[in-house]
Amino acid sequence: MSARIGIVTFPGSLDDRDAARAVYLGGAEPVALWHDDTQIHSVDGVWLPGGFSYGDALRCGAIARFSQVMDTVKAAAAQGMPVLGVCNGFQVLCESHLLPGALVRNAHLRYRNRPARLRVETARTAWTSAFAPEAEVVFPAKHGEGRYVADEATLDQLEASGRVVFRYLDNPNGSMRDIAGVANEAGNVVGLMPHPEHAVEALTGPSTDGLGIVASVLAHLSEGARR
Amino acid sequence: MSQYVAVDTVGVAEATPDEKQPWAELGLKEDEYQRIREILGRRPTQSELAMYSIMWSEHCSYKSSRVHLRQFNEKNPRTPRLLAGIGENAGVVAIDDNIAVTFKVESHNHPSYVEPKQGAATGVGGIIRDIIAMGARPIAVMDSLRFGAIDHPDTARVLPGVVDGIGHYGNCVGLPNIGGETYFDPCYQGNPLVNALSVGVLPRSRLQSMQASGTGNIVILLGAKTGRDGIGGVSVLASATFSESGEDDARPSVQVGDPFTEKLLIEVCLELFDAGLVVGVQDLGGAGLTCALSETAAAGDGGMHVDLELVPLRAKGMEPHDILASESQERMLLIVDPAKAEEVLARAHRWGLLATAIGTVTDSGRLVVDFHGQTVVDVPPKSLADEGPVYNRPIAEPNDLGLIAVDRAETLPRPTTAEEIRQTVLDMAASPNLCDKSWITEQYDSSVFGNTVLGTPHDAGVVRLDERTGVGIAISLDGNGRFARLDPYLGAQLALAEAYRNVAVTGATPIAVSDCLNFGSPEDPHVMWQFERAVTGIADGCQKLGIPVTGGNVSFYNQTGREAIHPTPVIGVLGVIDDVARRIPLGLGRTGDTIALLGTTHEELSGSEWASVKHGHLGGVPPKVDLDHEMKLADLLSRLAETEQLAAAHDLSQGGLAQALVEAISFSGMGAQILLPEGADPFTYLFSESSGRVLVVIPRGQELAVRTACESRGLPITPLGVADANTDGLHLRDHFDITRDEIDAAFKGRIGARLGE
Repeated sequence: MSARIGIVTFPGSLDDRDAARAVYLGGAEPVALWHDDTQIHSVDGVWLPGGFSYGDALRCGAIARFSQVMDTVKAAAAQGMPVLGVCNGFQVLCESHLLPGALVRNAHLRYRNRPARLRVETARTAWTSAFAPEAEVVFPAKHGEGRYVADEATLDQLEASGRVVFRYLDNPNGSMRDIAGVANEAGNVVGLMPHPEHAVEALTGPSTDGLGIVASVLAHLSEGARR
Repeated sequence: MSQYVAVDTVGVAEATPDEKQPWAELGLKEDEYQRIREILGRRPTQSELAMYSIMWSEHCSYKSSRVHLRQFNEKNPRTPRLLAGIGENAGVVAIDDNIAVTFKVESHNHPSYVEPKQGAATGVGGIIRDIIAMGARPIAVMDSLRFGAIDHPDTARVLPGVVDGIGHYGNCVGLPNIGGETYFDPCYQGNPLVNALSVGVLPRSRLQSMQASGTGNIVILLGAKTGRDGIGGVSVLASATFSESGEDDARPSVQVGDPFTEKLLIEVCLELFDAGLVVGVQDLGGAGLTCALSETAAAGDGGMHVDLELVPLRAKGMEPHDILASESQERMLLIVDPAKAEEVLARAHRWGLLATAIGTVTDSGRLVVDFHGQTVVDVPPKSLADEGPVYNRPIAEPNDLGLIAVDRAETLPRPTTAEEIRQTVLDMAASPNLCDKSWITEQYDSSVFGNTVLGTPHDAGVVRLDERTGVGIAISLDGNGRFARLDPYLGAQLALAEAYRNVAVTGATPIAVSDCLNFGSPEDPHVMWQFERAVTGIADGCQKLGIPVTGGNVSFYNQTGREAIHPTPVIGVLGVIDDVARRIPLGLGRTGDTIALLGTTHEELSGSEWASVKHGHLGGVPPKVDLDHEMKLADLLSRLAETEQLAAAHDLSQGGLAQALVEAISFSGMGAQILLPEGADPFTYLFSESSGRVLVVIPRGQELAVRTACESRGLPITPLGVADANTDGLHLRDHFDITRDEIDAAFKGRIGARLGE
């Protein structure tokens, strides 16, 4: 039986269907999760998709943090369940304190949509285990609030502990130290701004590198099962 | 509750027949006011007067354009594909036995000038709701934008705001922007054009109607609360000319958009349609509740009773006529079986969306609106929705036509030496209308939904509809105000031909048209002449091409003082492609592929980009249109796409062959070795804007097959050279070289730089 990856729909989520397609094309089973539900229906992993949850009210991701489903996701993450946040999902993970740092307005103050070249800085996370070390990938980056910021000590600690997961090769938003994605200490929770789910088919995306994200979590889950 | 005592009820109106009413201030003519009195057999109440003034405005009633728009229905080719046409919220065309597509283009010009960000944003929001109202899921947007001169100080106010508005709304509501156009011309300085298109897909069985039928059915208002925003938007902004002094502050008439609520509206409506819970549906846009109530009641078979105090408000002290006229965004009206009303409310609540029962369908034949138990409106709904005034406005050919026609751009001084022509290629590539528009398009999401196969800067947007079959659509949106100024009939057909060709260039087969007709004041007989000629051009063109006009929008009064914009019909053409994997992209293929030109280049420079950029000139006769040729071209391209015998293709339009090569080189990163045909004048060949031409890239080994396919259709094909990754930029043999860096330096980064960024 293939792994079940839950995809949360908040009011204002936009990439939930796209994440489901990526999960399906990557060989896992997508499961729809609802923001106002404590149940996560025995999924093996959770994907928080991009969009504008709750209309970006207050701050991006600030309201989603208090949703019913996030209580359950937080508890599951603490138990080691793989959790991925993409774009707005990354913002939700930072607001929920599952990941350090914050995502603020792009340095150039505009929403910008460009394919982003990224380096996979570590394969030691649940969502990057299938990538070669220092692999280069291309995912579309499209956001207005994607500039990663944290205090120097946090940044140093992230670097030292190998928790910078993705780094921009052409920094599109002024993110500190070119950081595009980070992980928690255990490596099961990962957030990134660029969109792997929009790089899963040669026909529609700049690459098919996004399938590596799903392959990674499948490898991670099957390894866990063997242990 | 003393404030309600002053309400002008039907009873009060009957008792005070001689009360002076502000009909002129609301934009009604005296005979129109008298007709309202005849219809009602008394003076209208304040609310009724507001409703008639809105519904009989130019924007809602099409009173000046209706007599001409009839041509579309008269000349439209009959096609079994057409499931809903003109008069519906948007035209619907069948793609196959199961799925259909609905699309429409609409203007939001005046609001975007007054308040660029919100004006443009709500333009996008409005067209999206038209698509929802047909039962479709919106799947993409496009925009056609026209601004004044790029270095005019006001353009730096209007353009970034408009782009921000379109981007913000489209990005937040989650629709990919798959293409469009941006042009600059001083004639749009006081009247920028913001035309937005949306397209949606639906199972044919989910097609919705706007009928309020079934006595006893419940009328539900879904979505945002009603506020004071946008009161009088259609009658004030869309149906009058801006004064030259610019003193009239119309800002309170512009609506404010909330794309988050719109996203919820989409999801809730589709859930309700799929569950079969809705009898009729209508969006609230221009004219708000007034329009939605009267149109649904008029389309139904009875009447309607509404209790207006039930409408959720976000402002205190709103009077009934305010509530009826408010253009607050993100609202829909639903007609629902009483047995299903509770489930409708529950499903809306699950998404956190407001839904309120405000009335019932009746068999009275009247639209009756009560406010706290007092009747403020009691009218026959058809008199509002369908029986507005119709004008046959005076038409007069402009006096300057003869003079313009002989002032031909073909007589202007031209570059002659190789170096002069080389520099002209670069200057043209750097000019505002031809330069790269990434500064704008990068502010739009293009990939959400994961079905965008081609977006900007390809000739048309291509979207996959079905992942299993690969069936998809292509859309292009095109206009050319300068050609239409020279000859509105030909200009409209050139825009139609270009949009048709842009769709064909991707390998899709054009099947339907939506148009947005932007003109000056209909009270000017010269403008009405332009309008009549343009409509006739489109109707004749569509008849010839065999594709129907399915809907669209007329925008009059695009003028400041006496100065009207160029007549600017903007044409959207929709095409179908059986397998999006076989689409033909922009580019240069691979090294060794043959570059060739389909079509014939004539000496046609009048109205061209070159005449405008280099001489500030507009005169002469626009290029010829040959629709037979366009049909053959489209047939050829769809066949070559099917057999995968083209590596790339690109329409030739503004800037001619030179610009097409610049774009293909810049986009692909490849080089091109070009040899012009013997005897060809290099300047004419590079910069003429003759229509019906396509640059094609033929993979090695397919040259003979493509040539044969052209010859069998009587289509001229001229080999021009080869694509070559090792050539740096453009090598024009016997003339000049331009490196890729030189091309990019001229072509890219211009918009931001000119706006001072």
